Amino acid sequence: MGALVLAAGDEFTPPTAEAFNLPPIFGWVTKPMLLIVLSVVLIIGFFLLSSRKLSVVPGKGQFLVESFYDFGRNNIAREQIGSRDFLRFLPLILALFSFVLVNNLFGIIPILQFPTMSHIGFPLALSVLVVYPVYHYAGIRRHGLGGYLKHQLVPPGAPKPVYLLLTPIEFFTKFIMNPLTLAIRVFAAMFAGHLLIMLFGISAEFLLLHGDGITKIFSLFSFGGALAMTFIEVLIMSIQAFIFALLSANYIGAAMAEEH
Amino acid sequence: MILAAEEYNPVMPHVAEVIIGLIAFLLLLWVLRKFVVPRFEKLYEERTAKIEGGIEKAEKAQAEAEQALEQYKAQLAEARTEAAKIRDDARLEAETIKAELRAEAEQEAGRIVAQGEAQLQQQRAQLVAELRADLGRNSVALASRIVGESLEDEARRRGTVDRFLTELDAGADGAGARN
Repeated sequence: MGALVLAAGDEFTPPTAEAFNLPPIFGWVTKPMLLIVLSVVLIIGFFLLSSRKLSVVPGKGQFLVESFYDFGRNNIAREQIGSRDFLRFLPLILALFSFVLVNNLFGIIPILQFPTMSHIGFPLALSVLVVYPVYHYAGIRRHGLGGYLKHQLVPPGAPKPVYLLLTPIEFFTKFIMNPLTLAIRVFAAMFAGHLLIMLFGISAEFLLLHGDGITKIFSLFSFGGALAMTFIEVLIMSIQAFIFALLSANYIGAAMAEEH
Repeated sequence: MILAAEEYNPVMPHVAEVIIGLIAFLLLLWVLRKFVVPRFEKLYEERTAKIEGGIEKAEKAQAEAEQALEQYKAQLAEARTEAAKIRDDARLEAETIKAELRAEAEQEAGRIVAQGEAQLQQQRAQLVAELRADLGRNSVALASRIVGESLEDEARRRGTVDRFLTELDAGADGAGARN
């Protein structure tokens, strides 16, 4: 690529992290903030409208909504938390899943074209300020503070000396790393994915505009790459939303579980 | 890159974004918890209730059908035994009637035969009496013609004839016994 760029005679500047530093649209309001608000409006509108007239025998539209709802309900919440308690956490899991999913998908929707979760502040708000307190609170309410700490930090079944090592690791994992990795996972995926699409897009444009003769053809490859990445991104965006909701449910389920 | 990192660090959260993200998410969560999830769960409960109700109804209907079937079977069996009983009774009655008729007919036949016999006996006796009178008269006439004289004496004539007839009877009886 470097040779091509040199041949074109112009300096090619690949997109950097700076590309994510969007200027405020007005006042201190930035594009991701507007996107977040838009996503909430969309999701609330979708659910409220689609659940307005639910019938016992579903029509085609209701069937689709129910499929989405059931996916969050049965495949994520009930599977991870258990059929006894999952209903209490269902709104949370459903909100996490739809919220992350829609904000991720903004990355490939024309005009919007920015995955909100590539700004780490948003996934951090969800994981550290929502999921983290919820699963600890659920665990403490179920087992009591002492019982919960013992349950979380001293998993039964290991030989005594191992706990010297195991307990600090468990503490580190459950009280520090879990919320951070939960946020970083989706943030990094969205950040990298968006960067890749940008790279392909910008290089395609650059090759087309500044390439001479034959090198213009390579623009097609870059464009194809951007297209392919977009499709892959759809998959990754959905999977990341699923993983975010799944792990949140998993943490809650693990905190409330009777056995380790 | 280094310059960019100094100006904008993507790993450092933007406080305003954290706050807005949190508020937006909590709003979404509230709506889902307050309206959406209850609606869906209510629907699912209704659906479950309806399905279970349907199953229960079907089970009840089946039980009722089975009961009705049992009842019909019992009734059918009863009807069959009754029919058999009626048939048996009819046969028995027919036998009795037949036997009675036969007895009656036999009795009638016996009566007719006895009557005939009595009549015959009576006619025979009458014939014998008539023949006896004729024979006496003829014998006397014949004897008087042969002898050529008239037997005026009534008493003697009667005694002779009676004696002759008695002898004749004894001879005839002896011949009848031998037959």
